Amino acid sequence: MSERRRITVNTVGDVHVVRFNDRKILDATYIGELGEELFSLLEEPGPQKLLLNFDGVEFLSSGALNKLIFLDRRVKEVSGSLRLTNLRPELNEVFMITRLHELFRIFEDEVEALADLNSDS
Amino acid sequence: MADDHNWSWSREQSIPSDTAAGRVLLEELLDELRRQDWEEKDVFGVHLAVEEALVNAIKHGNQEDPAKQVKVQTRVSATAVKIEVTDEGDGFDPAAVPDPTDDENLDAPSGRGLMLMKSFMSSVEFNDAGNHVAMAKFKGEEE
Repeated sequence: MSERRRITVNTVGDVHVVRFNDRKILDATYIGELGEELFSLLEEPGPQKLLLNFDGVEFLSSGALNKLIFLDRRVKEVSGSLRLTNLRPELNEVFMITRLHELFRIFEDEVEALADLNSDS
Repeated sequence: MADDHNWSWSREQSIPSDTAAGRVLLEELLDELRRQDWEEKDVFGVHLAVEEALVNAIKHGNQEDPAKQVKVQTRVSATAVKIEVTDEGDGFDPAAVPDPTDDENLDAPSGRGLMLMKSFMSSVEFNDAGNHVAMAKFKGEEE
């Protein structure tokens, strides 16, 4: 497990399981740092499988959504996999309204997302 | 929206082009909504919309120019909240912002702030110049 400023990462098998250190993801500086930390995970050797667990996250701005879109692009460039889990109902609604639930693969919890990621390999 | 609401709380402030200053003001507004027993679902929607409006005004409108101010007027009643945000920028045409939910824009990282404002508020109106937005939300109203 490695500690970073904005995220906490655990490795489960060959999947990087990411949790967010703050409840609100909205500040541009924060989002910039968050992006750097998430993108750096894709620089590491091995399968590029990311699971973002939003447990405890109460708020996402459109800036944060945009960063996730950039992350998704990068994941696709490296033929990796990205899954999102544990979105609270309000945030799930944000993904539905913006149709981003069609761009991202979103699961109820880590167990479901890990099973899906492992079935991909 | 007719101004026939019994506004029990109002603020009119000019803040510098700094998102931290905007958040202080936003937290005051959210505290007041909770004090007046607004549901968390509605508070979330107002939070999202005002956050996006302030970021639009500070970053896109005033270009974070420290010489420019953002004027924010907020009013709260037991059943309605109204927020007006005015920047000193050149404005923009909201109709020209591409719809982020169109198939071809689904993975484009833009346009969602404006869309979320419209989705979570009862009304969102810009002036002709595009540097002033007036938003209202009525308690318990479905988006």
